[in-house]
Amino acid sequence: MLRVLKAGFYTTVQDSGRFHYRNKGVPVSGVMDEMSVFKINSLLENNESAAVLEITMTGPTLIFEEETYMALGGAKMSATLNNLPIKNYKVYEINVGDILSFGRLEKGFRAYLGVKDGFTTKEVLGSKSFYKPITKANRLADNDMVPFEVQKLFRPKISEIKVSSFLDDSVLEVGKGPEFDMLNDKQLEGIFSKTFTVAHENNRMAYQLTETIETHSISMLTSATIPGTVQLTPAGKLMVLMKDGQTTGGYPRVIQLTDKAICILAQKKGGDSISFKLL
Amino acid sequence: MNSPKIHIKPFGVHSVLIEWSNEVSEIILEKILHFERFLSREVFSNKEWELVPAYNSLLLINRTKQIDFEKISNDINNWYTQLKESPKPDRYLWRLPVSYDAEYALDLDEVAITLHKTKEEIIALHTGVTYTVYGIGFLPGFMYLGGIHKDLELPRKATPRPKVVKGAVGIAGKQAGIYPQESPGGWNIIGNCSVPIFDATKENPCFVSVGDKIQFYQVSKAEHNLHKIEAEVGIYKPEKIKIDA
Repeated sequence: MLRVLKAGFYTTVQDSGRFHYRNKGVPVSGVMDEMSVFKINSLLENNESAAVLEITMTGPTLIFEEETYMALGGAKMSATLNNLPIKNYKVYEINVGDILSFGRLEKGFRAYLGVKDGFTTKEVLGSKSFYKPITKANRLADNDMVPFEVQKLFRPKISEIKVSSFLDDSVLEVGKGPEFDMLNDKQLEGIFSKTFTVAHENNRMAYQLTETIETHSISMLTSATIPGTVQLTPAGKLMVLMKDGQTTGGYPRVIQLTDKAICILAQKKGGDSISFKLL
Repeated sequence: MNSPKIHIKPFGVHSVLIEWSNEVSEIILEKILHFERFLSREVFSNKEWELVPAYNSLLLINRTKQIDFEKISNDINNWYTQLKESPKPDRYLWRLPVSYDAEYALDLDEVAITLHKTKEEIIALHTGVTYTVYGIGFLPGFMYLGGIHKDLELPRKATPRPKVVKGAVGIAGKQAGIYPQESPGGWNIIGNCSVPIFDATKENPCFVSVGDKIQFYQVSKAEHNLHKIEAEVGIYKPEKIKIDA
């Protein structure tokens, strides 16, 4: 068990997502930054879908009540284990009573904590990922307990990896969305020549961008959307749907982020700059 | 009979979108669901694929792999032209109780005034038609219902409410629906349905599927409250009629 002493700003359990219910309107959810989590789970020799904690902006304070092995990744948040600084993408052996805490957000926006074999919270509709009202809670609260299996005898094949960080990247590679061809030259130029600012309205459902492009009156029937879909509202605002984003929408889906671009954006916060590059 | 034309578009590297002509049509919806059923049974029976139908489109999503768009476009065209008459999926008409009591029908007075009708006339129009579920999205279990009486069409509210309660029955434009959970919302609220449309504790969390039909019938506030308690303890079952389409 992991006891949450302080929950931090927005800490959730996430795995690779909730599949096969999108036709009933259930978002896929799952970790926002798949690339960072893939590395953590690889280091811990976990299944790809092992559940981790997704830690947003301000980290929690956590006490391990059982032995395990852990690794951090994603954002850099000045993490300490029993008050000693620790590194991302390195396996640490955990003893009963060890305290993990986080300090200043140095870079990125979402950090991830993985443990050997993953967290074992209850699955709802085939996934452990938090999403209210599918799961009871939308995030962890103070004094919550997060279960995992005790692990005392793990000998990691690789105990540490150097990763080429994408936390400084700001160019999001995109493909054409289904309504791309409805854009006029001015709108195209707007999308691909401007630098956009991430608005403070950004969360696991969607990232809004502050700058607008030319307005439109394109009318379409509601149709499916996926994580990374960029919708253009009639007022000319761009809205990037993320992992908890709605499964259908009625706004033109003008561009589509690559899987990597979703990870890059997931590490951005309000005020950060991004731009789009068409593949 | 010739099948209505399809248009296939790439949508990211993991999905492909099939579109029919840009109209709300039961014939097109039937074709989409027929094709969806064929694909999910004959082609994509493994757990790698998800299919999401809505109005005039069907999205095929591969969970992990990149799709070879050229190849799958060819395959889809072949499958579609070879699509044979096959047994239709079971389709249901669900009859759902609605209380139009003033406590729930927050916009009923305003809707009646705007449309120059009495409240009773609004209720009669709302309960007098059979709706088709053209899509489920926006929220888990939120149904996009087509088939609203043309005399009930009115714009959504100028300012959306920050909070609409669970079960709220709304109308907006050519659409009707029920908010399956508390959420912000801009539709005109004219009643409340006590039947939970979405229940994450069930293996099939949403009893309605795209293509099903919905009818509303009026109940008193007392009946509404009774149904609500019955639903909470799990003994209320919505009335369901099998349709032979």
